[in-house]
Amino acid sequence: MARAIVSVPPAAKRGDVIEIRTLIAHPMETGFRADPEGRRVPRDLIRRFTCRYNGEVVFAAELFPAAAANPSLVFHTIAVESGTLAFTWEGDNGFAQTETAAIRVT
Amino acid sequence: MRAPSRSDGTRRRLLVAGAGLGAWLVVRPAAGASEDLAAAIRAYTGGADARPGRVRLDVPKLVDNGNSVPLTVSVDSPMTPSDHVAAIAIFNERNPERDVARFALGPRSGLARVSTRIRLATSQRLVAVARTSDGAHWSDAIDVVVVLAACIEGES
Repeated sequence: MARAIVSVPPAAKRGDVIEIRTLIAHPMETGFRADPEGRRVPRDLIRRFTCRYNGEVVFAAELFPAAAANPSLVFHTIAVESGTLAFTWEGDNGFAQTETAAIRVT
Repeated sequence: MRAPSRSDGTRRRLLVAGAGLGAWLVVRPAAGASEDLAAAIRAYTGGADARPGRVRLDVPKLVDNGNSVPLTVSVDSPMTPSDHVAAIAIFNERNPERDVARFALGPRSGLARVSTRIRLATSQRLVAVARTSDGAHWSDAIDVVVVLAACIEGES
């Protein structure tokens, strides 16, 4: 499991726009680099990120080699109801990881 | 001062021709790269024009380290069900691939603003394109100067 950090406000008022920050430890190997022996280092990327709010997709991202290592994403969503935000990263070599955060909406 | 002779005229023409050739050699690869960039954007918009406006791309104009460059795209949009930003894409001119990232948003985003960190292989132009719910495309472009390029050394 890669180390991942998600930042979601624990509580919000209904209708508030909340900022969500995510960061995951991943080399995002581009496939364009060579190792010291001159062999090409195979591509190993996180390709896709999805944020679900109580099961509904509210934000998604497609990443390419130009995304920096340890990809970070900052985006927004409207607090509609209490529940769970689920964050999924998927990529090469079967990489898949999901983190969750709870939010209380009043 | 002596009047220019015929041979001076020839020399001047040669110099002008030489300078023109030099400029052509220098400009040519840049034109090729920006054509690639324009083609990638056209492929994304389905051939439509991405009009400048509504989008703001924030990137440092002078980048110390191309391995991790903070970038923010914001789009001026009410983000309502009838009028919102549906997608944002970021393109570059001179990395090995034109795509940088693509984002899917919607009325539940509340605010059309996304930040991430990217790699830049060299000084180049970056373009952000936003697709709104009415199918229009808006864009912003910025030229950045990169001091230390990404993709050359291993990342520390």
